[in-house]
Order: sequence, then C-alpha cells, then structure tokens
Amino acid sequence: MEVPILKQGDFLIATIQAALTDADLLHLRTALVQQVVRCRSRGVIVDVTSLDVMDSFASRTLREVAQMIRLRGAETVIVGIQPEVAFAMVQLGLKLEDVATALDLEEGLAHLSQRSRSSA
Amino acid sequence: MTRIDTSPDSAQVQDEYIGTAENTRPASVLLRELVAHLRDNRTQLREEWARRITEAKLLTAMTKDEIFAEATSVYDNYVEALETGTFEALQAYARNLSERIIPRGVETHEVVGIVLLLRDVLARSLFAKYQTDFTKLNRILDAYEPAANRIANTVAVGFVQERERIIREQQEAIRELSTPVLQVRERLLILPIIGVIDPHRARQLTEQLLRGIRTNRAKVVVIDITGVAAMDATVANHLVQTVEASRLLGATVIVTGLSPEIAQTIVNIGVDLGKMNTVGDLQGGIEQAERLLGYKVVQFAEGS
Repeated sequence: MEVPILKQGDFLIATIQAALTDADLLHLRTALVQQVVRCRSRGVIVDVTSLDVMDSFASRTLREVAQMIRLRGAETVIVGIQPEVAFAMVQLGLKLEDVATALDLEEGLAHLSQRSRSSA
Repeated sequence: MTRIDTSPDSAQVQDEYIGTAENTRPASVLLRELVAHLRDNRTQLREEWARRITEAKLLTAMTKDEIFAEATSVYDNYVEALETGTFEALQAYARNLSERIIPRGVETHEVVGIVLLLRDVLARSLFAKYQTDFTKLNRILDAYEPAANRIANTVAVGFVQERERIIREQQEAIRELSTPVLQVRERLLILPIIGVIDPHRARQLTEQLLRGIRTNRAKVVVIDITGVAAMDATVANHLVQTVEASRLLGATVIVTGLSPEIAQTIVNIGVDLGKMNTVGDLQGGIEQAERLLGYKVVQFAEGS
C-alpha cells in the first residue's frame, strides 16, 4: 500500500494509514528523501497514529528516514505513536534515538514551525 | 474394616462400631455428657483458661478484663459448637473477633495459641473427671478430639482469612490512591510517586502516565519520586523505559527527588543518564518545566 505524501506549506506530511510491509516502508523512505528536496521542504512529518504495531524494521527505517532527511537539510518528526505502542517499543529497545517525536499532527507542525523560525 | 451391606450379619457388625455414620448415638450421648460437664464447670475452666493465657504471655495487647470477657465468649461458642456440631456460629464469631483484635496487633500465633490452650484445659479436666474409668475416657476423647480439632481449625482459618481480607483491601486502597496524574499548568503534568513501587504498580503507573499525556496533551511531565525510598533494578529500568516511552509521545520527562539510594541503583544498572532529565527537588523540576514551556513566573505584588 502506497503512503500518500502531502505538501503543506514548507512541510511534507506522510500519513501511514495501515500496517505496511517492509517493501512499502522502503518505498516510503525513497519517496520522502526524493521529495524533500524537490519540494524544497524544511520539515517532514510521518504520522503513525493508525499503527498499532511498530516492529524493529519499521522503527529502524523511520530512524534512517530521519537521518537521511537531516542530511538533505530538513527536519523529521514522527507523530501519533500510541501509548501502548510507545511502551512496547521501549521494551523491545526501539527507542528512535535522535528522532523528534510529537503527540499528533498539530504538535508536529508546531514543533517544525518553531524549529524553522529559530533557524531562520 | 470392610463392610458388605448385603451380607446377612451386617447389622450385627454395625452394632459393634460406635461412631460410624449409621450409628452415632453412643457418640452423641457421650458428647452430650461432655457438654454438660463443660457447662457445669464453666466458671472454673474459664478462669483456668484465662490464667493460662496470661501465663503464656499471649494476647499481651489486651487487658486482663478484656481477655476474660473474650475468653468467656470464646468458651461459650466453643461449647456450643461442640454441642450442635455446626460451625457457622463459631465461624461468624471468629471473623467478628478477628475484626476486633487484628487492628490491635494480635498475631496469628496468639490466636492459635489460645485455642490450643483451651483445648488443653478442657482435655485435662476430662482426664481428671474420668481417670478412674479408662474405657469411658477413651470414648469421651474419641468424641471430643475430632470436634476440638475442627474448632481450632475453624478459628485459625477464620482469623487468617480475615487478616488476608484486610491486607487485600489495603492493597487495593493503596493501588487506587497511588497514581494520581495531575495537571498543574496547561500542558504540564506532575506525577508524585509515594511508597514502594513493585512491578505491578510500576506498570500501572506507566499506563496512567502515557494515557494522561495523551488526554491532557502534555508537553512536559514532572515525575517526583521524593516519597520513594528505594527501588530495585527492575523498577528503575521500568522508570527509564517510561521516560523513553513518554518521549515517543512527544513529552519531555523531568525526574525529581531521587534519593541517594535510587541514584546508586540507577548508576549500578548502567542507565545512560544523558537521556534522563533530573532535577534535585520538585520545585526545581516545576521551574525547569515552566522554562521549557516558555512560562515566566513573575511576582505580581508583595505577598502579605
């Protein structure tokens, strides 16, 4: 299932709507990294609200996305991790270190706006 | 001791067996005699018992008069249970007694001790009464011992059950009271933890906190563990995991009031302290949280 990537002002928003296969995740990674420069975006939001499972591959891929996007000159925020998912991830040692996280889309947008304001 | 009911002489065999279900009359007659004996000597046996209790230094939490009053009711209930062979009244009494004496710090061994003492006192009086007629003494004891054992058992079990019920109730009360997640400012939660954290409570705490972060849309959480004297490695790990899980929900956690012992535990289990945001006391934690949220607290006027 392909993940739609929406452009919203300076930011890109990718909302994951159902459980993704590993191939879908890799596809999302490629698409985001390509589009972030093509759209001249300053931030990327990946919304995982509807995911009720986050396995090691998904969390590693999201971390890689964040690192690659940073190299491409933008910020990444993962938003909407469910409380149960968050605790399960931590127990599995999937901590998404160095990746910004926020409660939901609104928070993520606020976080990115603040970051781009302070760097501008 | 095989008995074939269809055999022609089974009735005769039954007659020889006193105390079987089919033929309880001699035993019940003996029991009645026994009860009458205990009733007749009520005052003397009761006093003897109360004296033995004091001697054995049991029920030290109670005064002499109280011991005597309780001894009287236990004695009467005991004799009644022997007489009727039903234990409901005694059970209810044991529960009632336990309810009254547990808050005063009476221990299990004391309750079992006094019941066994009573059993001993009564048995001795039976020995004294029937010492001339050994067969009769034997049969009286056959009737007395099982009933007395059951009574001791009933009272002890009643006491322990009551204790367990109280412990369960208290545990539940603590559990319910123990994990308040409080909002002190827009987007700022505090979670004061008091008492011992066991793995069960730790899990509950985490669940409540993560849910609280979501419903209150919190950005900063202050976890205050001033009231926690010690925690083991498992729980310390759990605390660290809670901090990390909160971060995944986009909230920053500040831990305040770590005692020296807990600091030691956390260092011993090798947690990367770089990820833990700790402040000495709750006030400092709230001040830092306010800074993170962009609040500035200004004194409006001189307080009176």
